[in-house]
Amino acid sequence: MTLDGWIQIALFAVAIVLLVKPFGGYMTRVFSGERTFLSPVMGPLERGIYRLAGVDARSDQGWLTYAVSMLLFNLVGFLGLYALMRLQAVLPFNPAGQTAVEPSLAFNTAMSFDTNTNWQAYVPEATMSYLVQMAGLTVHNFVSAATGIALAIALVRGFARRSARGIGNFWADLTRCTLYVLLPISIVAGLFFVWQGVPQNLGAYTEATTLEGARQVIAQGPVASQEAIKMLGTNGGGFFNANSAHPFENPGAITNFVQIVLIFSIGAALTNVFGRMVGDQRQGWAVLAVMGILWLGGVLVAYWAEAAGNPGIARLGVDAGASPLQAGGNMEGKEVRFGIANSALFAVITTAASCGAVNAMLDSFTPLGGLVPLFNIQLGEIIVGGVGAGLYGMLLFAIIAVFVAGLMVGRTPEYLGKKIEAKEVKMALLAILVLPLSILGFTAVATVTAAGLAGPANAGPHGFSEILYAYTSGTGNNGSAFAGISANTLFYNTTIGLAMFIGRFLMIVPMVAIAGSLAAKKIVPASAGTFPTHGPLFVGLVVGVILIVGGLTFFPALALGPIVEHFAMLAGTLY
Amino acid sequence: MLKEIRPAIVMMVVLTVITGLVYPLAMTEIAQLVFPRQANGSLILKDGKAIGSELIGQSFSEARYFHGRPSATSAPDPADSSKSVAAPYNAANSSGSNAGPTSKALIERIQGDVDKLKAENPGAAIPVDLVTTSASGLDPHVTPAAAWFQVPRVARERSLPEARVRELVERHVEGRFLGVLGEPRVNVLRLNIALDALKSQ
Repeated sequence: MTLDGWIQIALFAVAIVLLVKPFGGYMTRVFSGERTFLSPVMGPLERGIYRLAGVDARSDQGWLTYAVSMLLFNLVGFLGLYALMRLQAVLPFNPAGQTAVEPSLAFNTAMSFDTNTNWQAYVPEATMSYLVQMAGLTVHNFVSAATGIALAIALVRGFARRSARGIGNFWADLTRCTLYVLLPISIVAGLFFVWQGVPQNLGAYTEATTLEGARQVIAQGPVASQEAIKMLGTNGGGFFNANSAHPFENPGAITNFVQIVLIFSIGAALTNVFGRMVGDQRQGWAVLAVMGILWLGGVLVAYWAEAAGNPGIARLGVDAGASPLQAGGNMEGKEVRFGIANSALFAVITTAASCGAVNAMLDSFTPLGGLVPLFNIQLGEIIVGGVGAGLYGMLLFAIIAVFVAGLMVGRTPEYLGKKIEAKEVKMALLAILVLPLSILGFTAVATVTAAGLAGPANAGPHGFSEILYAYTSGTGNNGSAFAGISANTLFYNTTIGLAMFIGRFLMIVPMVAIAGSLAAKKIVPASAGTFPTHGPLFVGLVVGVILIVGGLTFFPALALGPIVEHFAMLAGTLY
Repeated sequence: MLKEIRPAIVMMVVLTVITGLVYPLAMTEIAQLVFPRQANGSLILKDGKAIGSELIGQSFSEARYFHGRPSATSAPDPADSSKSVAAPYNAANSSGSNAGPTSKALIERIQGDVDKLKAENPGAAIPVDLVTTSASGLDPHVTPAAAWFQVPRVARERSLPEARVRELVERHVEGRFLGVLGEPRVNVLRLNIALDALKSQ
């Protein structure tokens, strides 16, 4: 670990903290339907969309209608994307002549982009036409992100409102999020990326003759426009197979910095939106503090493990020490321009949020360096999290935390003046139990079936980690991978597709139910017996609950994969 | 509930037009107008023909050139398209090795590369990036340490004084962004182009 590495990490943290308040204020205005500086441009467009869709943006929906609207919208998107991939060969914008996507892969991919997962079981530059990349995948980058944010806002309204029937209007939240938040920022960030070297064209792949006279085909495309929303919407689906490690997606240190800031920006700022809407910004900062502590812990472990490197390589007489002339450390699967600090930082951020973009190959991380991203997702991606999903995941843990605190003192728990009763706790537990059920369940099936065992590229405990990571990533809607696994098979396409569905929608429905039930409640005035939820005690309690729930659930599985591999690596055992 | 079907369909169509067609196509227009070189892949042209992109590494195996890092990219086997063969720096199929830290194949591969490099420049420490594959398989850079390591070989092959080559490498070391972000590096393709130019001077 180097001083410069830590300075880069600190700069990132400062940038996020500075962003939270102004961006949170802006989003609060957007979702309250107030005027913003973009209203003169977007206002007419927004009203036009409502008119076309026959929507009254001011009418409040109850939790069930809100949830049904969201599900219908996602169903339409899923079917449309599936059709687009199956038909790409006969549609325009296909200069590379890609053929129709095979059915199980099309199912998996449509589910993947519909659920904000962006798991990619294919090599994009060799599979998808420009039309699919733009009108299919980029669109879902926008709308799946907007869906997540809308849901988080709905839950926050549940806390903020009193004795209310409705939790907002899904169509209005979706439209406003897309027009006022996602689109403008994507335009600015996308153009910045082009300036820094990210291609944006619709031409055929370039044929170059190299200095040594060989032929090199260079894949191109409308990369920058997808890159911006891929990060901002915590989608993570790469235009190219190597994702943000590809020099065209992420040409340098400054694009890398902007990309990681984009990943965290909305998720972090939503904590402030939460604080503002419930009328006490400290509540938002407390939630962000929980996220920050868990994030820093992950960065410490991952950076240390990657900088320490692989003793098996050092043993061969290779110089892996850090110096002004090289970053050193575990450079297998990493790019020189990012070195160790930026690769480890990116890996933690992309899995803390549900982004899943990578600028280094996680499969080649050291065992403990790879454990951090895995565990981050298993905790439910509540460290900032996916846009929206992170906040509602964290609030579920906050509900469990006040419930635990209530049990300790024998008092009905309250959170933000709302009594947390049996219904909310049941629903929160239901949502939280979905993760282990799907992750461990599918992993168990895959490790005892021939179709599952055909997947891993690495032998020994690392092979198990690859399978565990695949279902963790799918269920957590992350999309990153221990990418050695051959996941483009009928078995993996189907099971990971189901895991993505379960992880997204089976978590959302109980969550929306909580929002509806909370909105209907009265506010209980705070008394001397009220547990304050903006102080260090609360922060510590939530961190504890998260680590205990996550640790108890996943430690046995982690012990079989990365932990045992760590000791094997130290002992010099190879597989 | 049924009345939510119309907005579900209309919204999807309208948002597809806005974010999936208008947005990327408008971005393409603007990018082509304002940043045409970058928008088209930062290509390096020679006599009007592309010899590569300054952002994309290319495969160098001749001893008279500086070499990039090992690359794990592959291409479909011409004999059997269901299989793939090694094709370093295949810029139409980016990928890393995905070899785990306890992979026997990884350690054996590195051992082989170490033996070759030791023979080429005995006594010098072997920089780790020179024996590890990059994440994309297209890494355009090596570390300054890896460039220095290759100076004796390149100078010998080109019958140039080492000091001359050393000075060229020195000029091609790129520092951190604003002195802080990223890592110091050397763009291999640019360095090799400069090397060729040196000869013809």
